[in-house]
Amino acid sequence: MGRYFRRKLLIYGLTFFIAVSINFAVPRLMPGDPVARMLTRNSVSNLESSEAMRGYFNDIFGLDVPLWKQYLNYWVALFQGDLGVSVFAFPAPVSSVVADALPYTLALLLPSILLSWIVGNAMGAMAARNKFLDNGALPIGYVLTAVPYMWLAILLAWVGGIILGWFPVAGGYSFALTPAFTWTFIVDLVHHWVLPFLSLFLVALGGWAIGMRNLVIYELESDYANYLQALGAPNRLVRRYAFRNAVLPQVTGLALQLGVVVGGALVTEVVFAYPGLGSLLLNAVSNQDFFLLQGILLFIVIGVLVFNFLADIVYVLIDPRTRLGLEGGQS
Amino acid sequence: MTLEVEDLQVHYRTMKGDVRALDGVSFSLADGEIVGLAGESGCGKTTLGKSLIRLDGRMQHVGGKAVLDGAELPIGDDRAMNTHRWKEVSIIPQYSMSALNPTRKIGKMIAELLRSRGKSYREIKGELVHRLELVGLSEKVLDNYPIELSGGMKQRVVMVLSTLLDPSLLIADEVTSALDVTNQKAVAETLVRFRDMGFVKSMIVVTHDLSLVYQIADTIMIMYAGRIVEKAPAETIIKAPKHPYTKALIGALPEVGLEHGDERLQSIPGKPPQLLNPPTGCRFRDRCPLASDECAEEPPVVAVDAGHEVSCWKAED
Amino acid sequence: MSAEVVLQTEVVGRRNEHLYFALRNPKVAIGLGIVLALLVLGLVGPFFLSDSPNEYVGPKSEAPSGEYWLGTTYFGQDVFTQFVHGLRSSYLVGALGGGISFVIGLAIGFAAGYRGGMVDEILNMITNVVLVLPALAVLIVISSYLEVRGVVTQAVIIGIFSWPWVARAVRAQTFTLRNRDYVDLARLTGKRAPQIIMREIMPNMASYLLMSVILLFGGAILFAAMLDFIGLGPTNAVSLGTMMQQSMAWSSLHLGMWWWFVPPGLAITLIVGALYITNVGLDEVFNPKLREM
Ligand SMILES: Nc1ncnc2c1ncn2[C@@H]1O[C@H](COP(=O)(O)OP(=O)(O)OP(=O)(O)O)[C@@H](O)[C@H]1O
Ligand code: SF4
Ligand SMILES: [Mg+2]
Repeated sequence: MGRYFRRKLLIYGLTFFIAVSINFAVPRLMPGDPVARMLTRNSVSNLESSEAMRGYFNDIFGLDVPLWKQYLNYWVALFQGDLGVSVFAFPAPVSSVVADALPYTLALLLPSILLSWIVGNAMGAMAARNKFLDNGALPIGYVLTAVPYMWLAILLAWVGGIILGWFPVAGGYSFALTPAFTWTFIVDLVHHWVLPFLSLFLVALGGWAIGMRNLVIYELESDYANYLQALGAPNRLVRRYAFRNAVLPQVTGLALQLGVVVGGALVTEVVFAYPGLGSLLLNAVSNQDFFLLQGILLFIVIGVLVFNFLADIVYVLIDPRTRLGLEGGQS
Repeated sequence: MTLEVEDLQVHYRTMKGDVRALDGVSFSLADGEIVGLAGESGCGKTTLGKSLIRLDGRMQHVGGKAVLDGAELPIGDDRAMNTHRWKEVSIIPQYSMSALNPTRKIGKMIAELLRSRGKSYREIKGELVHRLELVGLSEKVLDNYPIELSGGMKQRVVMVLSTLLDPSLLIADEVTSALDVTNQKAVAETLVRFRDMGFVKSMIVVTHDLSLVYQIADTIMIMYAGRIVEKAPAETIIKAPKHPYTKALIGALPEVGLEHGDERLQSIPGKPPQLLNPPTGCRFRDRCPLASDECAEEPPVVAVDAGHEVSCWKAED
Repeated sequence: MSAEVVLQTEVVGRRNEHLYFALRNPKVAIGLGIVLALLVLGLVGPFFLSDSPNEYVGPKSEAPSGEYWLGTTYFGQDVFTQFVHGLRSSYLVGALGGGISFVIGLAIGFAAGYRGGMVDEILNMITNVVLVLPALAVLIVISSYLEVRGVVTQAVIIGIFSWPWVARAVRAQTFTLRNRDYVDLARLTGKRAPQIIMREIMPNMASYLLMSVILLFGGAILFAAMLDFIGLGPTNAVSLGTMMQQSMAWSSLHLGMWWWFVPPGLAITLIVGALYITNVGLDEVFNPKLREM
């Protein structure tokens, strides 16, 4: 078990290191001068702050500082929580801009990931035991996994927002309201949340259901299931075992799919102009706000790694094989 | 007679048609008898074993019957078979190493299985522990997960579990092929001991390894392409086989009693016929050195001696 | 030696049998049918339509009609022309991006699985790192620094980040295959590693590889569409993703211009869904156990 966690932590540490290094290297390796590009672009709209910005960026990308020193400074700044300054929200530091958007993204992501996982697994397990259900559920599942996240979001916004008019199609809350802990505001918040949540939930649902179905069928064909049946065990017992064992790889799958779902959340937010990381990202891209862009990437990487680690812990708790450290589980 | 099988026919249904894996198999098993079942890969040994306990989804019971302790087994009726399984017919599968649910403690799994069959774990536990000790396992294995045990230990757990309810008939399918020589011998001896102690009444031991089965079996049946071609006391099969196929098998054995020979079976030239559309007449004809015109007809089953049956035109020669 | 001969003929026999069942499998037939039909539309369509999909050809925001089959955009561009060109880009990205990640995954998987030991440790580590990296986020950062983006560059960076699971699976399969008798035999007769991998190992996992290619193809198309939608699509071409991005940017939703945003998403869903269904069908062909179900 110790070995298992050591391995995992090594991988995550390495991933973090590489992500930070990519962040550092990309702007310096890319052709052209991104800083200049960023500045020319923004000085037009932000005349008064452009001088301050120029000074700031010259500090960071300082031409007279050798590359290795820049790299070192980059890490030091990082550990002080300094991700640079946002251009389009100048002079707000990137970390605070990202921190403001983060709750919205989490509010979308966490429920949709967990609920789609739970519901999808339940549906997949049911499909695996019922041919009739299987024939109906499977094609729907495949269509859902094939849909691009943003397209389902667009369709939901169109149908639920424009045609039926049941839900708002843009923003995290109504313009007229200011965030406060009032009943009206919370209801409004939830009202805006429903469609983007539903969109993410549905796309992810199909994948889990199909995965679970295939895993359960595979488990039902496995040796231990055959042996139990040869000893006359009722289907109830065999199914229970099969389900329990099929859930295990789905936990690993949860961690592996996370990157994809996060990507889905980003584009879904863009569709609904939902004020999370996705919309922030769009702003960063269209304003060429590279610090902000990198800050968002870093947050996402950290989030994904933390979540992966949590999944690892859960996995160890529920699978005796990794717990006993004899097979090492999937690494 | 514990078991009487009569003209049993079981097919695999495939897209291309029926594979006749068992095509008219008849034999009987006396009380306390251990019969060895041998033959080349693909001749239908596993199919025969499975037919007597549980057909898988692709197998179809086409004809014939099996009578166990005077009552006919409902082979084709999965549900009706359930009451017979484990209590009357049981199996030690080919895949003993992976036969236990990897995520359940062994004791817990056995308890759940017993309860699902309407038995009380508490009442049986004493006997279970006793038998585990008999095969050299301590009670502690009940608190282990399967991966904590070695392959040999898992196999012994499965042997104890399969025979826990004292079935009349036990089918042991290739139980030794995954083991090294010392373990093979121990497993074979355990099987005999289980019979001697009355845990099981009779036994069908499926194997590739004639030399091993010779040590424990009372009778040996030789199967070829979905049929039984020769059945005789173990001694006779090894020392005085009548069927050309058996002779070829034995000829391929370097010396009886040596601990190998399992892979030797394949060194007979040629391949066994397709079971999708098996040829008429004797199925060994293509490879048989004695084949003649009459072999185009189905050979009769000839009782050449007491308890020695051969299905070959040249059996008497 | 005779064992080897038998084995060879069996491989050939199995291949023919697979082809036979594959063409007869309704899932494979329907899936491939859709994929090929849209491919042909994307390949042939542009020859009959305008070469420049962004040209302003007609009235603005017009609903589908006999003249403009899928209507026109907010600016008066023909949606059908854009759609057909977009199909082309999508297939290109899918083939190229999927192809690149397949080659990388294959190389790393074979190397790790066949060599084992230290090589395996390191490659496996790299694979796991790339696996947990949230690919889309990384792709966004990299793309946004590119001033000029083409379909090809996009495909390349997608390919570079989506190979890990192929590598993992190939590695695992190679592990089990490399100790088979015929591989030993080949090794004894003095064949070298690349030759053994190509001749003895690859053919034995061909079905698996084929299915991986299909999944990678679909995955690359989805990835590209997401990048395009964030505004990081090709700067010089129309793609299905940029169509959706444009339609959202010019509030087609509020204007009720469904003909602008429905077709591109529908096409992607059809292509990717058809690929998945083909895969399920192929799975049935390669694993006869599933056929009966
Ligand atoms: N699922 C299946 N579908 C179609 N044919 C099958 C299936 N399983 C087995 N067969 C065929 O049935 C025949 C008998 O198979 P069986 O497994 O009983 O052989 P066996 O004697 O146990 O072989 P081995 O010594 O290799 O275990 C073989 O010719 C095989 O090709
Ligand atoms: S019946 Fe004929 S072909 Fe068959 S084994 Fe006897 S002699 Fe050989
Ligand atoms: Mg067998």
